[in-house]
Amino acid sequence: MCDTCGCNITHGNEGLIRPGGKLHKTESGKEAVTVLHSLLHENDHTAKHNRDHFDQHNVLAINLMSSPGAGKTALLEATIQLLDEDIKIAVIEGDLETENDAERIRKHGVKAIQIATGSACHLDAHMIHQALHNLDLSEFDIVFIENVGNLVCPASFDLGHHLNVILLSVPEGDDKPAKYPVMFRTSDLVLISKSDLLPILDDFKPERAKGYLRDIASTAPVMELSSKDKSGMPQWIDWINQQVEIRRTYVEQHPVAAGHGHDGHEHHHHHEHEEIKV
Amino acid sequence: MHELAVCQSLMDQVENIASERKAQSVTSIVIAMGPLSGVEAQLLKNAYPIASAGTIAENAELIIEYLPVRVKCTQCGSESDALPNKLICKQCGDWRTTLVSGDEMMLMSVELATAKLLQ
Repeated sequence: MCDTCGCNITHGNEGLIRPGGKLHKTESGKEAVTVLHSLLHENDHTAKHNRDHFDQHNVLAINLMSSPGAGKTALLEATIQLLDEDIKIAVIEGDLETENDAERIRKHGVKAIQIATGSACHLDAHMIHQALHNLDLSEFDIVFIENVGNLVCPASFDLGHHLNVILLSVPEGDDKPAKYPVMFRTSDLVLISKSDLLPILDDFKPERAKGYLRDIASTAPVMELSSKDKSGMPQWIDWINQQVEIRRTYVEQHPVAAGHGHDGHEHHHHHEHEEIKV
Repeated sequence: MHELAVCQSLMDQVENIASERKAQSVTSIVIAMGPLSGVEAQLLKNAYPIASAGTIAENAELIIEYLPVRVKCTQCGSESDALPNKLICKQCGDWRTTLVSGDEMMLMSVELATAKLLQ
């Protein structure tokens, strides 16, 4: 949503702000200012800036979200091994503490930036912005952002990425989309991870998970895969390759205006708690 | 538990508006929220006194308008109420719907006490 053309006024809220509506009132001597901005206006602004920066360098940014332990880092490790060598990737890792995940990625010869969020339960656009200062995007085709393991808070924060991939691991149970609708509604792709456990944990029914996803009106495709036995991985790799192509075509047709990029101007950062290590 | 971060972002916006308009104080803040915003209204209310302490909006009233979850069916075209995890059409039962309302977390308006009032 933008904040200038009035598209924030939806069918759902327009009745509130029209003359005579609940919110359209001004007592004498006071000034009522209609705003209609997202509560995360500043985050969304920085997110757009990040996205312009990715687009300027023809980089696809994928945000990986899941609960802790669903296998995001393992998936990235398997993906690094299977992706075509011509596709250069970088990883931004978000965790409350430790460099562990970044170190796992670096062992595969891939650039990884660790963001330690301290006590913050999610990544936000400012943290990504800060991380991008340490990343020369001209060297990469894809940036994977591994969000903090959490099925609640990360859903609310646009980072400037292009696609949300959500992992739902078999041990978690197939009803997660019904329990966390806000998170799963944001998905562009849902990966049922640790699928090698399906024969053992046979109460997990992939079809049922898909059914819960359709209940929240999500059209996201669902794939089953295992980073361990590599089943389903080719399908995921094909999807990534397709998305890289789709993004390239899009950016060619919608070039980012000069000056919207990242270089050459000052930025203000409101988050001083994050610690970034390269 | 990200409501404090959301509330701090709200306060930044409110403070900017108040200083642009040279307001003496902020008397009320109206926000609209739906259940699919991912923000819990009660937690936001709890965070509000912490986030607003020492700001120009310290004594402002926080008014929350709750918006219902409503969907429009892409198949039969009808509009109906829905539950956050059951966004299917009530008329024809199809799952291919779009959200009409329910995911908002929006700063609708602020009411300012201006210098004129105090003169």
